[in-house]
Amino acid sequence: METFEPWALARAEEIIAPHLSREGALLPILRALQETFGCVPREAVPLVAKALNLSRAEVHGVVTFYHDFHEAPCGRRVVKLCRAESCQAMGGEAAGRFLLAALGLPHADPWGGTTPDGAVTVEAVYCLGLCAVSPAALIDGEPMGRVDGMALAEAVGA
Amino acid sequence: MTRLFVPADSAAVAVGADKVARALGEEAVRRGLSVEIVRTGSRGLAWLEPLVEVETPGRRIGYGPVRVADVASLFDADLVRGGAHALRIGAPEAHPWLAGQTRITFARCGVVDPASLADYRAHGGFEGLARARSIGPAKTIEALTASGLRGRGGAGFPAGIKWQTVADAPGDAKYIVCNADEGDSGTFADRMILEGDPFVLVEGMAIAGLAVGACKGFVYSRSEYPHANRTFQRALDIVRADGELGDFAIELRVGAGAYVCGEETSLLESLEGKRGQVRAKPPLPAHRGLFGQPTVVNNVLTLATTPWILTHGGETYAALGTGRSRGTQPIQLAGNVKRPGLYEAPFGLTLGRIVMEIGGGTASGRPVRAVQCGGPLGAYFPPALFDTVYDYEAFAARDGLIGHGGVVVFDDTVDMAVQARFAFEFCAVESCGKCTPCRIGSVRGAETIQKVIDGVDVAANLELVEDLCHTLKFGSLCALGGFTPFPVMSAITHFPEDFQPELRPLGMSALPSVTAKV
Repeated sequence: METFEPWALARAEEIIAPHLSREGALLPILRALQETFGCVPREAVPLVAKALNLSRAEVHGVVTFYHDFHEAPCGRRVVKLCRAESCQAMGGEAAGRFLLAALGLPHADPWGGTTPDGAVTVEAVYCLGLCAVSPAALIDGEPMGRVDGMALAEAVGA
Repeated sequence: MTRLFVPADSAAVAVGADKVARALGEEAVRRGLSVEIVRTGSRGLAWLEPLVEVETPGRRIGYGPVRVADVASLFDADLVRGGAHALRIGAPEAHPWLAGQTRITFARCGVVDPASLADYRAHGGFEGLARARSIGPAKTIEALTASGLRGRGGAGFPAGIKWQTVADAPGDAKYIVCNADEGDSGTFADRMILEGDPFVLVEGMAIAGLAVGACKGFVYSRSEYPHANRTFQRALDIVRADGELGDFAIELRVGAGAYVCGEETSLLESLEGKRGQVRAKPPLPAHRGLFGQPTVVNNVLTLATTPWILTHGGETYAALGTGRSRGTQPIQLAGNVKRPGLYEAPFGLTLGRIVMEIGGGTASGRPVRAVQCGGPLGAYFPPALFDTVYDYEAFAARDGLIGHGGVVVFDDTVDMAVQARFAFEFCAVESCGKCTPCRIGSVRGAETIQKVIDGVDVAANLELVEDLCHTLKFGSLCALGGFTPFPVMSAITHFPEDFQPELRPLGMSALPSVTAKV
């Protein structure tokens, strides 16, 4: 389980500073902010824009383009479940439905999300490169292969 | 001191390799045995992972798949001397699955310690770079051209021509960009190199830098590969401290979950810190690439193959393969297949041999119904096309592609209309939004396939899908929109029965769609 710091302006500035001399610094900065705070909060956008001499719109555009960045932190446990073809062929969709049902999360429209108590987030990803041990998931960054619904549910205590 | 080898490859870790390594260490201590546990990459025999190997005089002996519960019985069976056990597979190199391969790009993967430069050098590491230094840039590019090596990312563009173009292009600074944004489902070869033989990629990039006159390289990897990124960053730190690369610097950059950034121009935008939107070509990245400078953009496998080519000569590499597809292709077998993993072989095997003989058919034991080759933008092949020869041109002639080498097997429970809808949905989720055919066509395509599934004006809607695919194919800026018609049209062409509602089993259309998530 990852733990994140609460948003703090001074801390954010401290994270941004060492990246400023890098070529194409925006993505590394956003990644670093998310690693620290668990998300890229709205307050971070003007700060990053000023530091890189970009418009707020440009930074907002980048933050919203990439699937990884979110405005609010995820749940305390994060399951990234692969929904791509190789895992589909090995019953990944059924495993996902089982997990989501166990957590009381929807499996269509939308698929996954965060439990109301903030304990678990289930996110769809399209390929973890673990296709030779499909179906696969990353749970708090740790790879899990040849999973089924029960194994996933047990892993997050659902 | 006996050396035990346990993969730290994330696919092996995903099925318990870390726990097995720990248990082996603890059990050895309990028994008073002196063992060293070396964490390697994976040999690519995924169904045998975790595959534990022990060093015995003259050869290693493998055991797999090993569970924590097997550890005590392995030691009882005299594991440290390669003793007999139900899980013993003998010398891995003699295993038919490895013995049948021609390992060039993956020669060291699963064998060496990816954190040891000494190990890398002992296995021929940096010989290619030394050769490039002694023959100079022009001869280096000549060797690459002679090898016939084509871009292994999927496009298959001749690597020698690309390098020559960058070498000839005027520029204040030039860049080597390694595309490690391996987003295709069913592919994991790049990840295996990053984790199992990272120095070969470093060496390949240094050779490219020397050949074209670049002194900075970027590796653009994926956030979905946290283990690989850690292993590769560690390798970069080791090589920097060693000084072998001289002035050539390599930096690892990690993407943020956008499939389209595997497309080279959108990757460059992303590296520059922008939205990963595709650029119109020309100008080619070779002329105006990263920060407007001449840039080599090559896939991990392309770059990782160049050290071998420099060491052994372009002609030696070109002697392998078939037609205009020279050398070897690391084929990645995945999905519903009995023996999944990485199989490197010269171009020219038939698809049927890959799936049925090498892969052993389905894991479920049911008949194979469809095989998707080349990732989510690749065509679905039915067993009737198993005589297709694995090379770029033969696949193109059958409206397919080999792409980055992924082969995903489906058994007879697959619903091809759902797969066709998924292809459109995936395109919709991952579209960068820059061009209209891809941005809007993908959404309309998914809706129209849904109508077919629901039995609404089937003939008219199928005609509409075909027309839409034509627009996507010829009107999109990049391969995401341009190739989405491959899975869609191949599903409709080869599996027409799945698109006739009266023939569809009841309840299939109830499967949830993917676009619903966004």
